[in-house]
Amino acid sequence: MAGVPGMLDKKLATDVSVFDVEQIRKDFPILSTEVYGRPLVYLDNAASAQKPKAVLDAVQNAYENEYANVHRGLHYLSSTATLAYEGARTKVRRFLNARNDEEIIFTSGGTDALNLVASSFGGSIIEPGDEIILSIMEHHSNIVPWDYLRQRNGAVLKWAPISDDGEFLLDEFEKLLSDKTKIVAVTHMSNALGTITPVAEIVRLAHNKGAAVVVDGCQGAVHLPVDVQALDCDFYVVTGHKLYGPSGIGALYGKAEHLRKLPPYRGGGEMIREVTTEGVTYADPPNRFEAGTPPIVQAIGLGAAVDYIESIGRENVHQHEAQLLQYATGKLVGLNSLRIFGKAPGKGAIISFEIEGTHAHDISTIMDRSGVAVRAGHHCAQPLMDRFGVASTARASFGLYNTLQEVDVLVESVKEAVEFFR
Amino acid sequence: MIDPELRELYQEIILDHGRHPRHFGQLEGANREADGHNPLCGDKVRVYLRVDNDDKIEDVMFDGRGCAISIASASMMTELLTGKNVSEGKALMDAFLSMVKGEDACFEGVDEDDLDQLQAMSGVSEFPMRVKCATLAWHTFAAAADGTQEATTE
Repeated sequence: MAGVPGMLDKKLATDVSVFDVEQIRKDFPILSTEVYGRPLVYLDNAASAQKPKAVLDAVQNAYENEYANVHRGLHYLSSTATLAYEGARTKVRRFLNARNDEEIIFTSGGTDALNLVASSFGGSIIEPGDEIILSIMEHHSNIVPWDYLRQRNGAVLKWAPISDDGEFLLDEFEKLLSDKTKIVAVTHMSNALGTITPVAEIVRLAHNKGAAVVVDGCQGAVHLPVDVQALDCDFYVVTGHKLYGPSGIGALYGKAEHLRKLPPYRGGGEMIREVTTEGVTYADPPNRFEAGTPPIVQAIGLGAAVDYIESIGRENVHQHEAQLLQYATGKLVGLNSLRIFGKAPGKGAIISFEIEGTHAHDISTIMDRSGVAVRAGHHCAQPLMDRFGVASTARASFGLYNTLQEVDVLVESVKEAVEFFR
Repeated sequence: MIDPELRELYQEIILDHGRHPRHFGQLEGANREADGHNPLCGDKVRVYLRVDNDDKIEDVMFDGRGCAISIASASMMTELLTGKNVSEGKALMDAFLSMVKGEDACFEGVDEDDLDQLQAMSGVSEFPMRVKCATLAWHTFAAAADGTQEATTE
């Protein structure tokens, strides 16, 4: 029976014990949930991660003790809330190693951030015939906003290919670059395959052609240390809910030199310098891009989440997840009817798979009854699914609180599904 | 361990229809058809009907891709619809939709063999996330019958 430490496959489990995962699990109240009478095995972290008590407490505290609107009143609570909100911005800035707080814009999430860049940045530079390069493994949120520019501005979308193992093909990408390339929008880590893209090299090649690079870090920032200055990307997008923070919050990093020149995204309060009956002037970044009352408490929660991750150490998280990935892959490749999508070297802790002749939904339903939560579907990456000629896959995605014992439960439940539909 | 609700969902008859769908493929001489699409999972189904002047469904076929539940539901639907009037088919659909959503279904006037077939799908009601898998083909049938050409589960 899985769940017993003694049953671990010793050949595969090279226990590097970067931290005490059992201790960490106690920080996440939901992990003690039982589903259908089984302990929850939550392996849908790439869709959304669970929240540590530190985040829940920060949210509770903000509402109970520090809540008012920000950047408006002069009263005590408004000042306290503003300090907490801006403090969260500083935390996110440090987390990404941006130079200045003004380079961090709070958004409602990754999708909102990508729409902001596409609309304000793309919308102001793209002329008919200009080219935007995306990778074939982008999430729909890093495709659809650029497709708007195809429809509205006459942009041409080009697709950087991947190998059968899911590796980003830098040489092929380089061939797509031309003097017409204005924007390159790529994921840092594929949500469906786990592939980590060579962002620094992509940026170097793109910059040589004068193109700006937008990085979707919704997965990358969760699993890798991120230094936007070292990457030298022009924009970097994160979302809070995958970073163990609240939903409804994300952040866009943009180089100050870009942000200062960009037109606003949405109009409203907070983003203005002055409004008269004759016209409107706009505030400086980041406020220019934060129209209306922002997700105040969610931002504070995100600040607590990045503090939490830093307290564990991103390098430690990365090592722990790499161990889970290695162990799970080792056990799953032994199953004959199972095909894994994405075998790029050094990939993040995501395993996308299909079982021959069985639909991912059916697999997922069986696994769910063992308490195992995986995603089944196209992972909002339909061009990638088409690339592999499948409609959907099942996906197990690991987080910092997952254990080797949980991998055993995963593998048992996959075997059960294989057996059931045989 | 496969629990009883899973057994109820994936009854043998459903697994069988899922593996070996009946009336699968393109229908020669179809005079009505529609595409169904479940945007959540990317599953697609196309339903072809040949309906005579008295609105009787002479033949029905389907093709597409989907999970065991959606393929089985489509397959069983084609068996149920063949030879019925469009209006009878829609009455069956209403009963089916109510049943899989766990609502009180009205089976009045439904043939007993048909009822057995329909009720094989009743386990779906315990799996709210899978209801759309089961209903896609029926919505697509209704779209084809009405000449609206497209149906989604949204």
